[in-house]
Amino acid sequence: MGMKAAFLAAVALVALLAATPATSKPGTVVHIRDDAFTPASITVHVGDSVTFVNDDDDAHTATADDGSWDSEGLNQGEKWTHTYAKAGTIKYHCTVHPMMHGIVVVKADS
Amino acid sequence: MKRGDFVGHVAWTGAGILYVLGAEGIVRQAASAAPGAFSFVQISDSHIGYTGPANADVRGTLAEAIAAINAMPVQPSFVIHTGDVTHLSKQTEFDDARAIMSSLRVPLITIPGEHDVIGVEGPKRYAASFARASAMGRGWSSWDQGGIHFVALINVGEGETMGKLGDEQLAWLQQDLAARSNDTPIVVFGHVPLFAVAPEWGWTTVDGTKAIGMLQRFSAVTVLNGHIHQIVEHTEGRIRFATARATAFPQAVFGTPGATPGPLKPAPGTLLDVLGYRTVEVGTLAAWQDHSLAQA
Repeated sequence: MGMKAAFLAAVALVALLAATPATSKPGTVVHIRDDAFTPASITVHVGDSVTFVNDDDDAHTATADDGSWDSEGLNQGEKWTHTYAKAGTIKYHCTVHPMMHGIVVVKADS
Repeated sequence: MKRGDFVGHVAWTGAGILYVLGAEGIVRQAASAAPGAFSFVQISDSHIGYTGPANADVRGTLAEAIAAINAMPVQPSFVIHTGDVTHLSKQTEFDDARAIMSSLRVPLITIPGEHDVIGVEGPKRYAASFARASAMGRGWSSWDQGGIHFVALINVGEGETMGKLGDEQLAWLQQDLAARSNDTPIVVFGHVPLFAVAPEWGWTTVDGTKAIGMLQRFSAVTVLNGHIHQIVEHTEGRIRFATARATAFPQAVFGTPGATPGPLKPAPGTLLDVLGYRTVEVGTLAAWQDHSLAQA
């Protein structure tokens, strides 16, 4: 490939990238591992989704303390995704392991 | 069962741990309950729906426990399942558990564990499958049978907290016990241990001391729990506590370095050694004995 061809290819690539519509950013993932939510505290924005993935060889849930959302029972390898529609700080826990706690901070879209 | 037969049976099983419960409390010794004593069996923590490496066939091991109970020459008056019948509170799990336990030759009583009341539907499915018509509140109940006062407590599903009885149930318990004389033998069931085995692992009932306080005036109290998948015994005054083995899988001993309270994969070929059921005889004296499925 000559210099000119390379230049044209680069221009085409830039044009292609510019034309690509903005995709939503990858969702936040909380792993449930060794009887703990990892990370235990996350910050997202209104409209964002969070996926809870159970890596443990045990049943777990991710359940809002205020009852507003609940993954219900997740076996090993199962996941559950929730989209946060309004701002706030939500504490959550695992209903079968009361020593497991986490926090989701949802910030208003700026 | 004659005294000699019973002592012989204990010696034969070897690993059995036996307590005798009398007006003076329980002492560790081998002795028989009165001839024709009232007997029942405790099973626990079947986790139907679990498919991990600690036990690839939880339905099969529950079925083995049921078969062993059905083979007892003198059938117990009832079988009590002290919770975590299912792993994830799914309808198919309740259906499987019911199907397996329906082969019992004697009545089945269950209380729920935290795995049986997951989500909005869990408590409804549990109730539809196992609830007793006589139960109060979230499912607690008491009854008199064989001269014994039995109390089945529910210490899961109270708000967001596992291992909690709650004020409504405690008020009921106080009223329930008020009419009983001090020498009435009391047997209490609950899923999560009523005493603090290991709060760090969720192995306690946070308001259990209130219930224990109500039981202290009685001369002979036995509290039988599940939840921790291993036998732990404890005494407070004249109250004896014993947690039971599971029919599904063992769990680590609290404090084991690096351990968590999840399923523990046993060494190859040893699963049946660490699963089991418990026979209990209550007469003038009461005694219980733990049997592994390997002995069955």
